[in-house]
Amino acid sequence: MKKNVIEVKNLEKYYEVSGGFFSRNKDIVKAVDDISFEIPFGESLGLVGQSGCGKTTTARALCLLDPKTGGDVKFYNNETENMQNIDNLEDEELKKFRRNIQMIFQDPYESLNPRWTIKDIILEPLNIHNIGDLQDREEAVVEILKTVGLTPASNYLPRYPHELSGGQRQRVSIARTLIMKPKFVVCDEPTSMLDVSIRISIMDLMLNLAKDLEVSYLYITHDLAVARYMCNRIAVMFNGKIVEIAETEELLNNPIHPYTKRLISSIPVPDPSYDRKVYDVNYDELDAIIAKHGTDNPMVDIGNEHYISTHDVKGLI
Amino acid sequence: MSKEVLSVKNLNMHYETLSGDVHAVKDVSFSVKEGESFGLVGESGCGKTSVAMSLLQLQADNAKISSGSIQLDGVELVGMNESELRKVRWDGISIVFQGAMNAWNPVVKVGEQIREAIREHYPEKSKAENTEKIESLFKMVGLDAAVIDRFPHELSGGMKQRAIIALALSCDPKVVIADEPTTALDVVIQDQILNEIKKVQQLLGLSLIYISHDIAVIAEMTDQMAVMYAGSIVEIGPTEKVFSTPKHAYTRLLLESTPSVVGEKKKLRSLDGEPPSLINEIIGCSFSPRCPDPSSDCENPIKEMGLVEIEPGHFADNCCVDCG
Ligand SMILES: Nc1ncnc2c1ncn2[C@@H]1O[C@H](COP(=O)(O)OP(=O)(O)OP(=O)(O)O)[C@@H](O)[C@H]1O
Ligand SMILES: Nc1ncnc2c1ncn2[C@@H]1O[C@H](COP(=O)(O)OP(=O)(O)OP(=O)(O)O)[C@@H](O)[C@H]1O
Ligand code: SF4
Ligand SMILES: [Mg+2]
Ligand SMILES: [Mg+2]
Repeated sequence: MKKNVIEVKNLEKYYEVSGGFFSRNKDIVKAVDDISFEIPFGESLGLVGQSGCGKTTTARALCLLDPKTGGDVKFYNNETENMQNIDNLEDEELKKFRRNIQMIFQDPYESLNPRWTIKDIILEPLNIHNIGDLQDREEAVVEILKTVGLTPASNYLPRYPHELSGGQRQRVSIARTLIMKPKFVVCDEPTSMLDVSIRISIMDLMLNLAKDLEVSYLYITHDLAVARYMCNRIAVMFNGKIVEIAETEELLNNPIHPYTKRLISSIPVPDPSYDRKVYDVNYDELDAIIAKHGTDNPMVDIGNEHYISTHDVKGLI
Repeated sequence: MSKEVLSVKNLNMHYETLSGDVHAVKDVSFSVKEGESFGLVGESGCGKTSVAMSLLQLQADNAKISSGSIQLDGVELVGMNESELRKVRWDGISIVFQGAMNAWNPVVKVGEQIREAIREHYPEKSKAENTEKIESLFKMVGLDAAVIDRFPHELSGGMKQRAIIALALSCDPKVVIADEPTTALDVVIQDQILNEIKKVQQLLGLSLIYISHDIAVIAEMTDQMAVMYAGSIVEIGPTEKVFSTPKHAYTRLLLESTPSVVGEKKKLRSLDGEPPSLINEIIGCSFSPRCPDPSSDCENPIKEMGLVEIEPGHFADNCCVDCG
């Protein structure tokens, strides 16, 4: 049995928004609506889907940046060697949780304080969590800059974020995250304006850490090609729900849910002689699964740990 | 054979700055035929937008074209005065600017903003004619006619970008430049917009210059392509050829660093290091500091740079052809 670092069950995040202009009623936005998944140590799960489907909301709820409105999140506690519910964590335990789960906002422009030097930016989490003495901390900063490929460190330490290129800034935000030696990292990548080549070196860096330190990732992206490179499994999100989840190659070769087919059909292929496969986006296969398994279970396993949502999506895709 | 619509020869453009001249366009030559789609690809800062802005001579105030020629249907654009250029812009060459969807005037309805552009070029047309034109353009790019009366903030990113494309088409240009028209959008919307652009291009027989840092999009959208590095074109030719037989080390690296959803899952190569400063003159191969497999010959500073033909219509930098 694989050990999980995180288990998410029936997670919900609802927002209340004001109704129409003249309405005094509140509308409910189901930004994340009953999703479940787990991630084993050293593995990464891709969370893909269209803008507004609820990816960032999921990430923020997991990291306790926003309170969830329903469901359970359990995180591995290495002292008790059990899964521990993250509700009601207090003091030391909460602090430990925050150390072990980190989020990388992949927009480096917004996430780095422009008035701080790179050194101060990377030192900050160590200061907050009061790890080691000043000399330990400074050594750790130099070490981590080496890990993310910003060498010699002395070149970068005194600079400010605006004195770095986009890719370098992204490395700094990764360095700041990794210096805490987290077990689990959530990466939220908006439509990245970054050149692929820079993205690859950062992805490779993260993959190496997964291998060497058993770091696990939830990797959020629109781009299935990127998810394929990074992730062992992929969860496809649509309208606040996970509609399909499977091992990466299985999902790409055998998509069942009409939304997954739609998504795969939208990815440009870097080969002009390749005729991109455009799936017919129909409900036939999904209907057959619903007919066979019913709708009592929100997700059914069709074999190979390939799960499909039985939720009614007719007319939405 | 269709005829050449746009021909650019030995174009040089730089920005004058306090720390020196930034040579963003160096000796760039290419041509685009009628109905053809031409792609310009390269990493951030290599000069793609600078080429586009030079074609329209809409560059920043500190930009100077120092030499070269840009001919549209045989008419020279370099050296034209502002009023002559104004006539060429929009109905000769029009552009979808990088990030333009955020440039709509927020307090004017989208339809009105397009109408203004048409009015400037065709003052003789009636309001009804213009409305009809806008409706047909909207239909072409997949927008409902009702969007004419909407304000920009009432539209999604994808809708705003479609409207921008309609605007670029509003004065019946011969050449449309699309500078990263889908980079800010998610893949599903990107795919819809790319299809819309392809459809309109074929329907109207437009020439398209498509700029992107995403080599997969270039593969999908273009017939001919050029790869830019540090202000210069290092490889140019039919898109299929550049992909099947890339010659320049930088082109090969670009191709090997792009993930794909199809085919065997490959280890991707990363491109480390920084692009060179465009201020200092670069002697020899500009890519050599980052090149993963330079040969001893690459160091030779007296080597002649410049494009040579390696197969019909496919050119690569002389320096790299020799050592590759
Ligand atoms: N604070 C909030 N109040 C109300 N609704 C919100 C709030 N935050 C997010 N939403 C809504 O929740 C839904 C999911 O948003 P979310 O940011 O999670 O999407 P996303 O999948 O990350 O999209 P993108 O790919 O564009 O980043 C959207 O419909 C959004 O409008
Ligand atoms: N007004 C300006 N003054 C000085 N330098 C400039 C100016 N505009 C652009 N540059 C520089 O010229 C070079 C080319 O810029 P350009 O905008 O053409 O790049 P690009 O290939 O379009 O990049 P991107 O993919 O990021 O849009 C860059 O080094 C840039 O910093
Ligand atoms: S000329 Fe040599 S150094 Fe330059 S890109 Fe080609 S192989 Fe590399
Ligand atoms: Mg998001
Ligand atoms: Mg640009």
